[in-house]
Amino acid sequence: MSPLEVIKVPMEYEVKLEIFEGPLDLLLHLIRKNEVDIFDIPIATITDQYLAYLELMKGFNISIAGDFLLMASTLMHIKSLMLLPDAVDEEEGEDPRLELTRPLLEYMRFKEMAGELSEREVLGRDVFTRKPSDEMAEFTKGESVPLEVNLFQLIDAFQQIVDQRLPGTQLKFRLEEWSINEKIESIISRLKDQKTLYFRELFAEEMNVSELVVTFLALLELVHRGIVKIFQTAFDKDIRLTAVFFS
Amino acid sequence: MSESLKGILEALVFAADHPLTASEIKGWLSQYTLQQINNGLNELKLEYREMGRSFSLKEVAKGYQFRTRSDFSAYVLQMYRTSPSRLSRAAMETLAIIAYKQPILRQEIEKIRGVDVGGILKTLLEKGLVRIVGRKNLPGRPLIYGTTNKFLEVFDLTDLNALPTLKEIKKLIVEEDGAGIPEISPQEDEDITQGGGPEHGENEAPEA
Repeated sequence: MSPLEVIKVPMEYEVKLEIFEGPLDLLLHLIRKNEVDIFDIPIATITDQYLAYLELMKGFNISIAGDFLLMASTLMHIKSLMLLPDAVDEEEGEDPRLELTRPLLEYMRFKEMAGELSEREVLGRDVFTRKPSDEMAEFTKGESVPLEVNLFQLIDAFQQIVDQRLPGTQLKFRLEEWSINEKIESIISRLKDQKTLYFRELFAEEMNVSELVVTFLALLELVHRGIVKIFQTAFDKDIRLTAVFFS
Repeated sequence: MSESLKGILEALVFAADHPLTASEIKGWLSQYTLQQINNGLNELKLEYREMGRSFSLKEVAKGYQFRTRSDFSAYVLQMYRTSPSRLSRAAMETLAIIAYKQPILRQEIEKIRGVDVGGILKTLLEKGLVRIVGRKNLPGRPLIYGTTNKFLEVFDLTDLNALPTLKEIKKLIVEEDGAGIPEISPQEDEDITQGGGPEHGENEAPEA
């Protein structure tokens, strides 16, 4: 395969780049294209074509991801092993190409399962539920763009809670009864279970003022660290929080 | 089965914003047994099916929910003026790996896919299809991933056991365009990949 055969017009080339998201995708394409048996991969041919493709990418000034290069070296290693007489039998008595076949097969299984999942009656594509009215809308599907809540709104909301629960309280500080870290953990674990919480749900009826304050500080800390996001679905709606997870 | 229980169940499922499970309903209807509630839901499901309505009572994520039938999707989408929500092929593959292999580490997913999946994982987390289930006791305390209830809801699954059986790949299939179909014996037919979606319909000339 000459590079020119893969690409006819630059447009088409761009499309292909998207397809070969990784080295395994490219390998599968080459194996299909050459109509060869995955259990008997002509390693020299496939390696040459694989490298030609990388050259092509370079020719277009496309930076090649490390994954592609790693696979290139694996291919060349296997190719060299195959060239050695008897290498196939001596090295663990195993065909060196298995190093390629195994991950390819595993990858293909999940490609297939991905296809099967896509063919199901997917919610939001094939089937639909009733849409909850705004009053009951859950912030789950990003249907309503959440408004950010700023610190002052948050303090106001907190002040309201203190006024409601413990009217006429003066804030005094004594020995630490509640640790911020404990509260942080309890908020996180509640968010894990529930995904979103109302701001007022954080403050249980029986909490005294120091526990309320510590809970509030814990929330500020979580927001500060970027673990929790605070939002409203509309200006007049109750403030809610949700966890922001990092991958 | 009293008609009134069925009526109550129907009203609850109709008004709910998520699939209702029998045990959830039991929490509100202490006068009925779980068995009665389960039976009632099942009867309702059959009734709706027999009625031939454009929606049906579906069992998803261990609960019951009214859903439109797929024959009408085009009209509903038109009403919402949206295109159907779609996940990229890469996201679907990653999701499938997590679904079948959970609990799973990011590095294990990357080993199967052969590419970095950081961005895709973030998308799946944001869409609520995947969640962090914990951290592994390894250097760096890597995050462990699993699927969510929403995953079950979106892909019409009652629970994880309802996932299609993971198949062994026996043979590779060629492009969908049918260019040069290799010999595949009939009994192997169901084990081959249907290509999972390589959308590339390139018109390559056969190897000269």
